[in-house]
Amino acid sequence: MSLLEVEAIDTFYGRSQVLFGMNLAIAAGEVVTLMGRNGMGKTTTIRSIMGLTPAARGKIRFRGEDIRSLPSYRVAKVGLGLVPEGRQIFPNLSVKENLIATAANRNGASQPWTYERVVELFPRLAERANNMGNQLSGGEQQMLAVGRALMTNPHLLILDEATEGLAPLIRLEIWNCLERLKQTGQSILVVDKNVEALTRLANRHYVIEKGRVVWQGDSEALRAAPDIRHRYLGI
Amino acid sequence: MLLLLFEQFLNGLQIGLLLFLLAAGLTLVFGIMDLVNLAHGSLYMMGAYFAAVFTQWTGNFFLGALLALPAGALLGIVVEVIALRTLYTRDHLDQVLATFGLILFFNEFARVVFGAGGMAIELPSWLEGQVMVMPGLPYPSFRFLIIVVGLACAGFLYLLVQKTRLGMLIRAGASNREMVGALGIDIKLLFTLVFGLGSALAALAGLMSGPITTVQIGMGDNILILALVVIVIGGIGSIRGAFIAAIAIGVIDTMGRAFLPNMLGTVLNPSDAGTLAQALSSMLIYILMAAVLVLRPAGLFPAPGR
Repeated sequence: MSLLEVEAIDTFYGRSQVLFGMNLAIAAGEVVTLMGRNGMGKTTTIRSIMGLTPAARGKIRFRGEDIRSLPSYRVAKVGLGLVPEGRQIFPNLSVKENLIATAANRNGASQPWTYERVVELFPRLAERANNMGNQLSGGEQQMLAVGRALMTNPHLLILDEATEGLAPLIRLEIWNCLERLKQTGQSILVVDKNVEALTRLANRHYVIEKGRVVWQGDSEALRAAPDIRHRYLGI
Repeated sequence: MLLLLFEQFLNGLQIGLLLFLLAAGLTLVFGIMDLVNLAHGSLYMMGAYFAAVFTQWTGNFFLGALLALPAGALLGIVVEVIALRTLYTRDHLDQVLATFGLILFFNEFARVVFGAGGMAIELPSWLEGQVMVMPGLPYPSFRFLIIVVGLACAGFLYLLVQKTRLGMLIRAGASNREMVGALGIDIKLLFTLVFGLGSALAALAGLMSGPITTVQIGMGDNILILALVVIVIGGIGSIRGAFIAAIAIGVIDTMGRAFLPNMLGTVLNPSDAGTLAQALSSMLIYILMAAVLVLRPAGLFPAPGR
């Protein structure tokens, strides 16, 4: 059974429609990507799933439960952990406070993420534990955002623009971290522009244009489809 | 002279701490939910009335105060759930109009229920006397108690906001409400709790000023203006800013009224000095606010992310 099923959702900002029958499915333990040029609806898809910009029509089910019209805090509670675009670290909380303020283990994970485990994953955060959120570099902020989401012990981790604006070495560290999370069986939905890294990391891919899926397949199929990469991703 | 100065400082501190209790709730509500709540002064008034009624009923000021605090918190929660929730998404003008309506409602409500005459709160006899705060300086016991309680509340709020998870969520909510929700926190519930806490603090301020001024209709209206000045100077959403600004305003206002006439009297003739001092001392805090707004438009300690 799918962990997350998104079926034919339409989402609007005011009167302008952004998603036109968007579809998406993720199985437990899978790493799935969402690709497409800017403004095609990747972030809106994630906002719809999270209940931040609710979809007007269609179905969104998580572990069989209808979550389309739930407020975002209830969506988070059923087990979705968001690493948002622009990181959105709380600037007036320390690194440690950012991690523990919203921490929870609502679904009774047997080996829950704790502060200790997160700083083991990102040792840089331990060095910065007492710094305020707005004193961090972009890479540190992204590590913190990933750690903050993990501390809610989600069934599905969602990353919007996982490595945007980061230095190459930091990117590598984020990709390695996601690889390690995948090894532990963490399901992940990731948006990014780095097709190479995504092809190595993920099981399956969705390419979207103008608010709908125009191509989907596994990494092998994506490698074998240079025309798709050229036409929809601009590479 | 030094004793007089110190006594006036204590008076200013006492008024400042009352202001702080009122401003703390106001600044949290404004900071987190972006809601301008003019009716906060009504919660102050209702707290005083609750204390007056409960004190008459139990015959003991402390029992009365102890009952008035949860009553004030409960009233705040009811007001929030019934009236204010619908206002969060509206613009500030709508909020001002609606909560101004609440002021009129509560003033009329008090007139109908408690009568137009106002009520006195009777203190126990041991609080009617004076304590020696230092050799040669007796100070009214009850005013001294207000200072102690006010400082204790400030300490409690500091610990709550800086050291607890609830406090972290309050601060996080002040900087990025949407993200707090997306991480699984029911921000509406959080806000109702914060509002209840703010109402209890307003009620505490009201019931402590009741024995000094008598409890009357509209008693919250003037002090609300001062509390708004406090949160503008301190920075909206900042407890620390509210604390510092409230004490500064209390002390400056009191000192100005006490010493300006004499100071001006040394350079002007007495009647001019008196007139000018009266005018100046009532303007001092607004001059301070204007200066702060020019130099730091977001206040002294703005909450980040706003």
